[in-house]
Amino acid sequence: MTDAALPFVPPLDVRRGSYLDEGHTILSWLTTTDHKRIAILYALSITVFFLIGGVAIGLVRLELISPTGLFLTSDEYNRLFTIHGIIMVWFFLVPSIPATMGNFLVPMMIGAPDVAFPRLNLLSWYLYVGGAVFTVYVLLSGGVDTGWTFYPPFSSEYSHSNVIPAAIGVFIVGFSSIATGVNFLATIHMLRAPGMTWFRLPLFVWSMYTVSVVMVLATPVLAMSLLLIVAERLFGLPIFDPSAGGDPVLFQHLFWFYSHPAVYIMILPAMGVVSEVFACFARRRVFGYGFMVFAMLMIAVVGFMVWGHHMFVAGQSPLANLIFSFLSFIVAVPSAIKVFNWTATLYRGHIGFEAPMIYALGFLGLFTIGGLTGLFLASVPIDIATTDTYFVVAHFHTIMVGGTVSAFMAGIHYWWPKVTGKLYNEFWAQLAAITMFLGFNLTFLPQFIMGWLGMPRRYHYYPDVFQIWHVLSSGGAVILAAAYLMPLVYLTWSLFCGQDAGNNPWRSTGLEWQTPSPPPKTNFLRPPRVDADPYDYHDFGRTEETGGEARARPQGEA
Amino acid sequence: MSDTAGALQHPWPDLRMQRAGVSLGMWMFLASEVLFFGGLLVSYAVYRSFNEEAFRIAGAHAQIVYGSINTVILLTSSFTMTVALRAATANVRRVTLIFLGITAALGVAFLVCKGLEYREDLKEHLFPSPQFPLSPPATAMFWGFYWIMTGIHAVHLTAGIAVVLVVWTLFKRRVIPVQGSTMEGAAIYWHFVDSVWIVLYPLLYLAGRS
Repeated sequence: MTDAALPFVPPLDVRRGSYLDEGHTILSWLTTTDHKRIAILYALSITVFFLIGGVAIGLVRLELISPTGLFLTSDEYNRLFTIHGIIMVWFFLVPSIPATMGNFLVPMMIGAPDVAFPRLNLLSWYLYVGGAVFTVYVLLSGGVDTGWTFYPPFSSEYSHSNVIPAAIGVFIVGFSSIATGVNFLATIHMLRAPGMTWFRLPLFVWSMYTVSVVMVLATPVLAMSLLLIVAERLFGLPIFDPSAGGDPVLFQHLFWFYSHPAVYIMILPAMGVVSEVFACFARRRVFGYGFMVFAMLMIAVVGFMVWGHHMFVAGQSPLANLIFSFLSFIVAVPSAIKVFNWTATLYRGHIGFEAPMIYALGFLGLFTIGGLTGLFLASVPIDIATTDTYFVVAHFHTIMVGGTVSAFMAGIHYWWPKVTGKLYNEFWAQLAAITMFLGFNLTFLPQFIMGWLGMPRRYHYYPDVFQIWHVLSSGGAVILAAAYLMPLVYLTWSLFCGQDAGNNPWRSTGLEWQTPSPPPKTNFLRPPRVDADPYDYHDFGRTEETGGEARARPQGEA
Repeated sequence: MSDTAGALQHPWPDLRMQRAGVSLGMWMFLASEVLFFGGLLVSYAVYRSFNEEAFRIAGAHAQIVYGSINTVILLTSSFTMTVALRAATANVRRVTLIFLGITAALGVAFLVCKGLEYREDLKEHLFPSPQFPLSPPATAMFWGFYWIMTGIHAVHLTAGIAVVLVVWTLFKRRVIPVQGSTMEGAAIYWHFVDSVWIVLYPLLYLAGRS
């Protein structure tokens, strides 16, 4: 039978094969410089660490069902929540969206064949693996008990656990973020397709741009602070030793100079993802595009000036507290602008409740709760009462888990057909999204309440009055765990038994969708040219849409 | 221009863009490096403001002769690096190779000189330990910074020498043409390592002699 006799003949170029067919051996994956394949290497690695970090905290939540503990010694308990923090922050959340979706999509969204420095991109993954090896070593050799914050003098002099390998692991993985950041900045500056002006960039690309700036400028300070801890612990150089005039609070300044902006490293990409999802599934242009861009830039800049709000009770001067408190309120302004603009984008949209949209709506609610409780903590008098309580724990988990992980899931589902060419089972995905939202709230609303009542964080044993809240929270954690495991099953299933997605199942107008799914190695069959603003959806909903895909198209196609 | 044919890397459309991109990437990496050393310099500044007298006493023991010789060596190496870059831009291959070689040799000379200085320091027990000879206690803090700052700088310089030697070999074997973007990236990095030393020199060697 010849091609002509087939009812549907795919264009010749498409059948030439996607990036997935460029090599099937393990070696071909480990030596690839294709940004799409590196994204998949990252996705697999961070999934492994997400599971390890999840198991660690699962054991902690199980232990906390009883006020006097069930099966862990206090030392084991400390090591478990520490490894949970280290793994979730540096080996999951920080690389989560940028290293996977950012790597895959930034070149495709700006119409480039690859990132600016493909070999540096591969190196960044190997640096991640190098840091991961140290962390796995720490895990196997008994763990570390300093908390993820490594505060001296405990970490430098008193702890008997594996502080040095843990710090080295984080130090190395930091350079993987810096490499990714440099790569994205150079890519977005230099490799935009003809017609892709700065204010035609999709908001996801803007979020990657701003997050790269923060990664490049904040991460080295973390590296230095950890290096000083290692120098003190390994060689006895008295940098933070009070008996030689050293000041442990200086470490906190250096650490939070990175670690507060790190919160924005986690949330800015999430903001980028949901902006894409809201526009596509409400069939609406993003409301106030320019404001969205400047809000992200403002978050990235002001985010560098608020670190002192982690140290209101650490002996900072009252004047410094006042200034940091004021600046922390200021950084809420651009965040609020974004929340209002997303809401306005949804207003009168033609909203579809596909799984990515449910995750994104979950993000919107949880990010708002997390942001507003952040204002409580930015206020000095309230923070003094709630410092180191579960209120703080619940606040930052609402941003990082409720916000970032919801958006991560939204993105995984939204771009799954792009990456794999397959459709997942919509019913199971919707169920997982709803389960995750419910499980999350059951886990963390009790933590807000007991924190407000005075339950301190990191305590192994606690007064009986808090038990009901701990039990509720642990029950929620079980639901949350189920919600995280479900996608592993149905997404894997879709790889083998899923329907073919077609090139653009969501009828999105993004440039990344105007090419076959999964994309060919060079991303586009012809060099793309852009002649329209992003989010070219109809203003009044999807039924009246005429030709959403029309205006951003590969050059030369009808 | 068959000489520049091998220089263009995926995914750049042309050499001019690639050269601008490599410079941009290198400058961004250096911005990161500035913040890296920034954490160290801020810590030094805070502690020195708390312990002025101790830092003055401790700083007087730094070996200013070695430090000054090294400053001269490193500044000269930046000059030879600039000559190499100019020669590369003008596609004068032989001069590029000679001056890259001199630059690497000066880098090694710096490290040798630094090693001799370390030997003197250790003879005087200036590495913080129970035998540390100076007082008050904060003098040990100054020497802590001395070892960390010079150590990290030496690591950066070693990396710089390695980069220069690799670039030299690639040029020598004609794997890549001297006119490409590689030379520019290497030169920017080298000058940065030099600039860091210009900041460290007064902080460590002149602080005790004001």
